[in-house]
Amino acid sequence: MANIKIALAGNPNSGKTTLFNALTGSDQYVGNWPGVTVEKKDGVLKGRKDVVIQDLPGIYSLSPYSLEEKVSRKFLVEENPDAILNIVDGTNIERNLYLSTQLAELGIPMVMAVNMMDVVKRNGDKIDFGKIAKALRCEVVGISALKNEGGLEAAEKTVDMARSAEHDAESGNRKVAEVPHVFSGSVEHAIAHIEESIQGKVPKRAIRWYAIKIFERDRDVIKDLDIGVGLMKHLEEHIRDCEKELDDDAESIITNQRYDFIKSLMDKSLTKNEKRRNKATLSDRIDKVVTNRWLAIPIFVLAISLMGWLAVVPGGDVTDWANDGFLGDGWHIPFTTHEVDGNDWETAQADFAKAEATVAAWEAGEKKASIEDEETGEIAEEWDIDEAAYNAAKKAKEPDPRQFGVWVPGIGAMIGAGLEKLGVSETVSSLVKDGAWGGVSTVLGFVPVIVLVFLFLAFLEDCGYMARVAFVMDRICRKFGLSGKSFIPMIVGMGCGVPAVMAARTIENKRDQRMTIILSTFIPCGAKLAIITMFSVLFFRSQWWVFPLMYFIGIAIIVFGGIALKKSKAFAGEPAPFVMELPAYHMPTLSGVWRHTWIRTKGYILKAGLIIFPACVFLWFVMHFNWSLTLLSDEQLDQSILHDVGSWLAWLLKPLGFGSWQGAAAAVSAEIAKEQATATLKIVSIGMEGATGGARVQNLFASMSDFPKLAALSFMVFNLFIPPCMVAIAVTFREMGSKAWGWIAVGFQLFVGYAIAMSIYQLGMLAMGCGFGFWTAAAIIVDLFCLWAVFRPGKKFKVVSCKLKGES
Amino acid sequence: MTLNELKIGETAKVVRLNGEGAVKRRIMDMGLTKGTEVTVRKVAPLGDPIELTVRGYELSIRKDEAAKVEVG
Repeated sequence: MANIKIALAGNPNSGKTTLFNALTGSDQYVGNWPGVTVEKKDGVLKGRKDVVIQDLPGIYSLSPYSLEEKVSRKFLVEENPDAILNIVDGTNIERNLYLSTQLAELGIPMVMAVNMMDVVKRNGDKIDFGKIAKALRCEVVGISALKNEGGLEAAEKTVDMARSAEHDAESGNRKVAEVPHVFSGSVEHAIAHIEESIQGKVPKRAIRWYAIKIFERDRDVIKDLDIGVGLMKHLEEHIRDCEKELDDDAESIITNQRYDFIKSLMDKSLTKNEKRRNKATLSDRIDKVVTNRWLAIPIFVLAISLMGWLAVVPGGDVTDWANDGFLGDGWHIPFTTHEVDGNDWETAQADFAKAEATVAAWEAGEKKASIEDEETGEIAEEWDIDEAAYNAAKKAKEPDPRQFGVWVPGIGAMIGAGLEKLGVSETVSSLVKDGAWGGVSTVLGFVPVIVLVFLFLAFLEDCGYMARVAFVMDRICRKFGLSGKSFIPMIVGMGCGVPAVMAARTIENKRDQRMTIILSTFIPCGAKLAIITMFSVLFFRSQWWVFPLMYFIGIAIIVFGGIALKKSKAFAGEPAPFVMELPAYHMPTLSGVWRHTWIRTKGYILKAGLIIFPACVFLWFVMHFNWSLTLLSDEQLDQSILHDVGSWLAWLLKPLGFGSWQGAAAAVSAEIAKEQATATLKIVSIGMEGATGGARVQNLFASMSDFPKLAALSFMVFNLFIPPCMVAIAVTFREMGSKAWGWIAVGFQLFVGYAIAMSIYQLGMLAMGCGFGFWTAAAIIVDLFCLWAVFRPGKKFKVVSCKLKGES
Repeated sequence: MTLNELKIGETAKVVRLNGEGAVKRRIMDMGLTKGTEVTVRKVAPLGDPIELTVRGYELSIRKDEAAKVEVG
């Protein structure tokens, strides 16, 4: 038996992907805003290998405006699915049926699944499926995709329908006996006439759909058909007669009459709960606050800052545990700990460290011993020593963590012990411990912070706030020539730049889509969060404001970058119109939020294994071998391959404050994946002094610049705002539509990242009193150029009606 | 009178849609057709766009677009 193809079609945000996931067991992304799915996705119906389900991007109508609507329409009209499963949002049935009337005209067997029936029932509304089925000549079933009720039955029904449908003799496609007629007499008459004249020119079963499109003068459809000027002229007369009689244009006549048909159908089949009608719903009440005149923007700022706080304050503790405990030496299970000889584990450890320092200092012939703070590298404690103290300290024994509670050894410690047992050489041990594990564990250490941000983002996406952000921000976005819809990709970009670039497809106008793509990856993504966390811990004392500051710098770049781009010829013009549905708020389910978070976190962890791990091993090798492939010790690293290659590039980074081979290696390798920067820094600092990886990285920056903090800030900003990782760049090239546009995007991002890092470093040095040099002047010139690009008088655009994609 | 002149909370019926092309079609596709009742729910914090209730759901359009919708 041949495969059966079933297309899932419906309005945006009607729950198609939720149903798709339930039917196929996939993990496709869902969210509560229109336009989550921008690509067609295939899956096999659970337990039915011969049935392929295709999830289409949501559409409001078969007259396409944006790219993802084109994908859906093209598929439905040209690819001939065997049946359509039309998902309809039961809480918003009137507008959803508008698409259904058009789908029914395609002549493809169709089952309508009225979704969100749980909410409809809770609201006390009643829908008469029988009447709708009769009017639209399809089967109608009620489902709740979220609660996983009825979806499978609906799919089975669609399969049965596709199986039992008659095959069209000519094309071999399955067809339905009759399609609904929804228009008034004179329109139906004209359509019948068109149908007659185009017979044989279009696929037979969809002849009515084509006839209506010709009546509407749909340019895309007419262009693809071979109608002939004479015939078109003849048909045009019929259309004009109709327009004259009804005193409206053809397009409006069709739209109006479709909605009239639906309205009268609704009057018969939908009983609304009268009691609820005028009551403010919870959604309304939330909305009142969130989009309030005065509170809306502060709430948005607060939301971002809250995320930053979450990532640093509770997130910081968890990161410590992940780095030192879980991935490092080991950790005690909470509540199992107890004191030994009046000391807890921390004190015992600190005492032993002091004893070790005393011994080391005395043996080096000093009279004072000291301990450095691991994080800041400053001297935390200093004390006088004498022979008695030395003798006492010599007797001190390393405390055994197992005596202090239930001790779980960390992965790092286990690897170390394993290597010791195997008796491997020092080289292999260094490769595994410092190279591979050192890098990978650094990246994995940020998982807790990233999970927190992903959780927060999943909540935002699921609850319905995204569309409101677009609504609130539209006015601001318009100031720099974008529509509020451009804000959605930017928020998606907080998770990952790849879906952000793709989400720009929902923007109707190619020019605005391109601009959104160029700008949206300036928002720090989850992977860049690893860089921010590392630097805020090592250089900025984990201040909570480092995170929000980076996001707001990102937003500022978007705003001013947008203004500057808009003034260039390529992007000038009115922004795309803003016509957008604002979905109802709903409380996200715990499992839904968790699933979102998990999909993204899984991606991050897999990346650590599949990309970061080989990259770290590679880096370790090129760092520990010279060109004649002789192994180098940690003291000879300046003869390595990496040293030479890095040095070729380092001069480019000199004005930014991290122009050494290590800095170059870290910045370039970060293009593999942004979090690679953290791993590379740990690896390239192997030759530096310092007890911990973090201390070595601090010393590395100290070796590169007299102002390590300034250089660190410059490095962080550079990595955040130059072009995103390889994958995101590849997607950018694809979505921009041409190589030239791809290079424009990457070039712009590179310029912005470099300019900001250079300004910070050079002007920072100037402020610290380092005098005025060549690069200071260069930085000032670049800044003046940027100011000019932003504030130069732009052309006033006089375009009144703006063109959309698809219009010629 | 046009839709952008309605005050918050006011309801009116669509009389006519001016303009042409894809934007007009999009607005009609979203359910703002002749004879439809439409209520202005709210204006965005910075004065534009506006939020409407039409056919039982919330739709947001800019004032520029609303100015092309005649109501009465």
